[in-house]
Amino acid sequence: MCYDVAIIGAGVTGAMTARLLSSYKLKTVLLEKANDVAMGASKANSAIVHAGFDAKTGTLKSKLNVEGCRMMPEICRELSVPYKNNGSLVVAFSDEELVTIQELYDRGVANGVDRMEIIDQKKLRELEPNISPEAKGALLAASAGIVCPYELTIAATENAVSNGVAFQRNAGVTSVDDLGDFFRLHTAAGDVDAKYVINAAGCASDDIARLFGDDSFKLIIRSGEYYVLDRSVGNTVSHTIFQCPSAMGKGILVTPTVDGNLLIGPTATDIDDKENTATTAKGLETVRRLAMKSVPCVSTRDAITSFAGLRAHPTSDDFIIGISDANHRLINAAGIESPGLSSAPASAKMICEALFEAMGAEPAKNEAFNPIRKEPVRFRHLSDSEREKLIQENPAYGRIICRCETITEGEIIDSIKAPAGARDVDGVKRRTRAGMGRCQGGFCGSKVVEILARELDLPINEITKFGGGSNILFDKTK
Amino acid sequence: MLKYDLAVVGGGPAGMAAALKAKECGVKKIIILERAETLGGILEQCIHTGFGLHYFGEELSGPEYAGRFIEQVRNTDIDVKTDTMVLDISDKNLITAVNKQDGLLHIDATAVVLAMGCRERPRGALSIAGTRASGIMTAGTAQKYVNIDGYMPGKKIVILGSGDIGLIMARRMTLEGAEVKMVCELMPYSGGLTRNIVQCLNDFNIPLKLSTTVIETHGKERLEGVTIAKVDEHGQVIDGTQEYVACDTLMLSVGLIPENELTKGIGVSLDPVTKGAVVTEMRETDHPGVFACGNVLQVHDLVDYVTMEAQMAGQGAASYIQDREVFENAEYISTSHGNGVRYIVPQKMNIRSKEDIKLYFRVGAVYKNAKVVLEADGTIISSKKKVKLAPGEMENVTVPADVIAKLTKDSTICVRVEESQ
Repeated sequence: MCYDVAIIGAGVTGAMTARLLSSYKLKTVLLEKANDVAMGASKANSAIVHAGFDAKTGTLKSKLNVEGCRMMPEICRELSVPYKNNGSLVVAFSDEELVTIQELYDRGVANGVDRMEIIDQKKLRELEPNISPEAKGALLAASAGIVCPYELTIAATENAVSNGVAFQRNAGVTSVDDLGDFFRLHTAAGDVDAKYVINAAGCASDDIARLFGDDSFKLIIRSGEYYVLDRSVGNTVSHTIFQCPSAMGKGILVTPTVDGNLLIGPTATDIDDKENTATTAKGLETVRRLAMKSVPCVSTRDAITSFAGLRAHPTSDDFIIGISDANHRLINAAGIESPGLSSAPASAKMICEALFEAMGAEPAKNEAFNPIRKEPVRFRHLSDSEREKLIQENPAYGRIICRCETITEGEIIDSIKAPAGARDVDGVKRRTRAGMGRCQGGFCGSKVVEILARELDLPINEITKFGGGSNILFDKTK
Repeated sequence: MLKYDLAVVGGGPAGMAAALKAKECGVKKIIILERAETLGGILEQCIHTGFGLHYFGEELSGPEYAGRFIEQVRNTDIDVKTDTMVLDISDKNLITAVNKQDGLLHIDATAVVLAMGCRERPRGALSIAGTRASGIMTAGTAQKYVNIDGYMPGKKIVILGSGDIGLIMARRMTLEGAEVKMVCELMPYSGGLTRNIVQCLNDFNIPLKLSTTVIETHGKERLEGVTIAKVDEHGQVIDGTQEYVACDTLMLSVGLIPENELTKGIGVSLDPVTKGAVVTEMRETDHPGVFACGNVLQVHDLVDYVTMEAQMAGQGAASYIQDREVFENAEYISTSHGNGVRYIVPQKMNIRSKEDIKLYFRVGAVYKNAKVVLEADGTIISSKKKVKLAPGEMENVTVPADVIAKLTKDSTICVRVEESQ
């Protein structure tokens, strides 16, 4: 069979695009090189919905960010993804930086950001008592928020699949034949034919474009390192606290997450290896030091984990979204670095518009499209009576697997059985939070492996941490 | 709502000993709530021997040691709920628990014994740089894979941290045919028992690299190697000492943390050093009727001491249930730790106590030919010579009843280490 559209890359942009396309009468396939969705930048970023004052006025980044920020609350409601409109603060530590935040304010106005305000030291301290006494003032952007980026990607994919999109994991595209009416994509999981291709391949999107004869852009891979701190210090700040931006990005932030942790980071280091998500001693030390500049009481003693995410920085410094000059049936969605998450809902819209332009017409609507993704069971958030009822219906919800986050066996089974569900330990973790707490899977890790093996009907030593060769166990003991 | 005289949270060695002691003291309705499928706690996966030398005077494996208590519990009318997770304990001692059979359980207990044990410090707490490959796990998780599930979690292994579980796993993995390349220890001394260093490392020619740590992990999917380095006396990496070690598994044995999430929920005060509750010699916390014992109170070196401590808590809980007079008349002073002593359990002692009180403590460094000195109001009560004192081994000293009889509410009781000249 030949798909109408193949989307390469199941990051947040690809997944949101797949979801939007599922509202049309189109045969769409979402191809992902990894064993799960959200395995690139979408699982490892600042988890921020930016207000939209950072990007230069007139750029795609500024337009899509402001629009995406407005769309995000409604989309998160439809997809049952936790979103919090906590507002952000860019803190100025010197007179020069007070000038900078005024410039940011002016740029925000030009970009169409509403609900911004420059606040003085007193008001800043009222809003954030733990902020550094060195802070002189701040730009408050009330429209900014926080969201869980991988949960958004997972939910969008689930919703897309429920509405008819095919999802293929472990299907990295290795070469392409243009057969005139359609492309034949050679993937690790077999050939896939599609009339149109959307290139949303994140850090690999320049390589993918090249397979189609498009070498019009180049990406620089920029690594950003973070610490995640324990929930016991999750309310150290309530807003997302930025420092003044530099040429390399928006600097080190301190922010609560929707799950109640505190997140600090990122660094910004250009690297050569597109798959090198290693953290470095130097990077983590930089995060620690600079986070304390904003919020002196932040301590990495409370760290439960650290990670690095890779951003696809385009040399043009703006998102590349549109029909490729090299092949008009290829739509690029590339160079999506920050504010890519914030922009994702708006980017998906723009990508679809480009696709429809390439197709020559907007396709018919899928009348059966249901924008709602049913909220997964979240045992920890339920009342006692809700819990009683749930366990009566299915006793698996009465068995706690992850003690730190109070995650039940029922939730883990749900995450595996969901559309485009979990196939590995990290996939279960991202969908349910099992293993995300302070013991980091010390107790529940082996139980999750058992449940995966049972539900997927696989030997226990074939279960991986995140696909590929990341198996957890070797052979049986002697 | 179920009504019990005593609810014990945790069915490991501590919980079982506390419940049995309370039963022996005449407490009627007792329930043990255990989150695992069976009683026994972590002992179930500790198939090596070395348990019971102090308590039973014989050398048992973990399951054997636990088995003796499980048997005793079975022979009483103590109720046991396994596969049952306690979700919350209110400040009124109301327990909410959950399991598959009963759904939510609400238990109103006159007294509660906290015996939840401890967990291992994970990689994240260490900030080791590098990749997130599979093959990085705590020694206890690896122990479960090998001993319970029967699968090899690794073949070429580096162990970071010389805590007892790490040492035990070095031997275990070697016996299973894996190559244990080394045990790295950040400190200049091991945190484990001397006997484990001899029997688990020396006997198998596994090098123990002191003042050495793992600074980076390598490998994108499965772990391929680690970078180790020497550290100076401040724990800072000495540049130029970095060395790459090929391995497919990094096991961590870098400390245990008492699992006090429920304890915090009740509002019980915790000791910043032990990370366990502040308790009296009866092992009562500062929340009336709530007692704590075992590794949730302080990380023990030997299970025998866990049992003994749990019996104190069980007895304390029994008195609380049966006759509160001793609690109402109690007058507490704080125990204080002097030179070389990191903490003391109990943190508070009742000066109206008619019996000897044992103070348990750990030292902060290795001492040779030092003395353990107990002082009351500045007067030396006892001074005991010790050939060796090490942070890995729990020590104790007894405050005799006749000394307690002379104490007042302004008195001080102090334990310190006197180093040899």
